[in-house]
Amino acid sequence: MIEFEDVQKSYRVEGRDVPALRDINLEVRAGEVFGVIGHSGAGKSTLLRLINLIERPSSGRIRIDGDDITDSRGGELMALRRGIGMIFQHFNLLSSKTVAENVRFPMKLAGTYSRDQMQQRVDHLLDRVGLADQANKFPAQLSGGQKQRVGIARALACEPRILLCDEATSALDPQTTQSVLRLLGDINRELGLTIVLITHEMDAIRTICDRVAVLDAGEVVEQGTAAQVFLHPRHRTTQRFVFETEHIDEDELHDDFAHVPGRVLRLTFQGEATYTPMLGDIARRTGVDYSILNGRIDHIKDTPYGQITLSLIGGDTDGAEQALHGAGVSVEVLRP
Amino acid sequence: MSDFFVNIRWDEIGVATWDTVLMVGGSMFFIVLLGLPLGVLLFLTGKRQLLEQNTFYAVLSFVVNVLRSIPFIILLIVMIPVTVLLVGTSLGVRGVIPPLVAAGTPFFARLVETSLREVDRGIIEATQAMGASTWQIVMGALLPEARPGIIAGITVTAITLVSYAAMAGVVGGGGLGDLAIRYGYQRFQTDVMLVTVVLLVVFVQLLQMLGDRLVLYFSRR
Ligand SMILES: Nc1ncnc2c1ncn2[C@@H]1O[C@H](COP(=O)(O)OP(=O)(O)OP(=O)(O)O)[C@@H](O)[C@H]1O
Ligand SMILES: [Mg+2]
Repeated sequence: MIEFEDVQKSYRVEGRDVPALRDINLEVRAGEVFGVIGHSGAGKSTLLRLINLIERPSSGRIRIDGDDITDSRGGELMALRRGIGMIFQHFNLLSSKTVAENVRFPMKLAGTYSRDQMQQRVDHLLDRVGLADQANKFPAQLSGGQKQRVGIARALACEPRILLCDEATSALDPQTTQSVLRLLGDINRELGLTIVLITHEMDAIRTICDRVAVLDAGEVVEQGTAAQVFLHPRHRTTQRFVFETEHIDEDELHDDFAHVPGRVLRLTFQGEATYTPMLGDIARRTGVDYSILNGRIDHIKDTPYGQITLSLIGGDTDGAEQALHGAGVSVEVLRP
Repeated sequence: MSDFFVNIRWDEIGVATWDTVLMVGGSMFFIVLLGLPLGVLLFLTGKRQLLEQNTFYAVLSFVVNVLRSIPFIILLIVMIPVTVLLVGTSLGVRGVIPPLVAAGTPFFARLVETSLREVDRGIIEATQAMGASTWQIVMGALLPEARPGIIAGITVTAITLVSYAAMAGVVGGGGLGDLAIRYGYQRFQTDVMLVTVVLLVVFVQLLQMLGDRLVLYFSRR
């Protein structure tokens, strides 16, 4: 478990303190994939670097599994960092070392592994990330996706409890992004590893995160389960992120509403309810007509969800709304 | 043709060539030995680096600049007492090595500093995140990553030394430059001058080729 308590971070720039993070209170639970989303400059990397103390907080406390790490130094700090793996947007592999040497490097630094143990772990890890046959290549000879897989293998070398991902998929194409995210998700389950992932892409959050915090100008403006935040975004910034990924143009949507009569509702189905044919049934029973304005069925992590915007016309609209509520559908009235 | 080369004594040229190799090789050994740590120190204590020490860096940087701005010929003469103290003589190959080291070390240290600065900061961050000490970051990540740049720096320094070593003739230092000055310039034996200059050119070319090969080999790109 990672806890941030009233954490502030300012950078000294030309003699002035410029705040980068304000009043951060967060709790990342052991074994979960925790996402932090925010625009460029929101303070995401800073937040991540506080966990392994690459940056130190200006005030506040940071605890890992109950231990206050805020003031760790020297050997204690090095041991802490060895227990936390990290991967990066631009991979940060050593270009002078082969793939295998890159993965071996953290173990060599730790000095607690025998030659045989190191070789065994390198083989095992490269096999796990699907690069067993690339061991003797240099990073420059690999594709972006392969480089990030080496990065992941390297981050796991010293058997960490926590994995920090700094925009780990932002330099990759959509397909490679998905495969790297899937790998991270699998590793999270297999090893019970806690993953903190920062990104500016909602898709990355939706694919593997259990819970999310939204960072805006150095402050956490919203946090909750991925489903909650994704399906019912409350803060402006969050809403914009969601609309961006759904390719919804808000203005266009409201223009569309103007053309349709009736009550405009947004329905959110989750889990099994997503595939239940309740809409037609309820329409028949209450005598309402409906037209669908917008809709999408997809997954958040492993849970299916559906979200549709529709207008109800005629019949017993109140009754229909009640029936939807009763069937476990979340109903938001966009226009009464 | 053989008339033109009438003044040449090949045995003397052989000795002079070997002397030049010794002067450059010998001083390069000490230059790398001293300049590499000095360059690392300059890098580490620089602005926004791992061991940022503004005052220390400013002083060190100033000393390096002063040494670099003294013309070699002057350094050669001014250093004579120090040279005698260090190697017992200010003549011959041995007498030239201390001033060559004094001139080459700050030059090389700057080149080392520059090539370390060119290492991606992300590499330092990644190595730091693995729990590496500053020493481990330098030995395990920075130096290997900067290796092509450092080798290029050694090449440039060695080539600069060849021309510095040629000036050593002025104080009776020996080597090809000495020969060129004594026979070619002072006694108007153009053939000797020509041969020594050609040998110097070949020497520089060889150094450059060797350096370029090593840089390419270690670049891993
Ligand atoms: N070392 C530093 N010195 C001074 N200011 C810094 C430093 N690092 C970050 N900042 C500032 O702190 C703020 C947050 O930076 P941070 O890198 O955490 O943002 P980010 O959310 O990761 O952005 P990006 O998506 O672009 O990586 C920015 O305004 C940035 O300019
Ligand atoms: Mg960042």
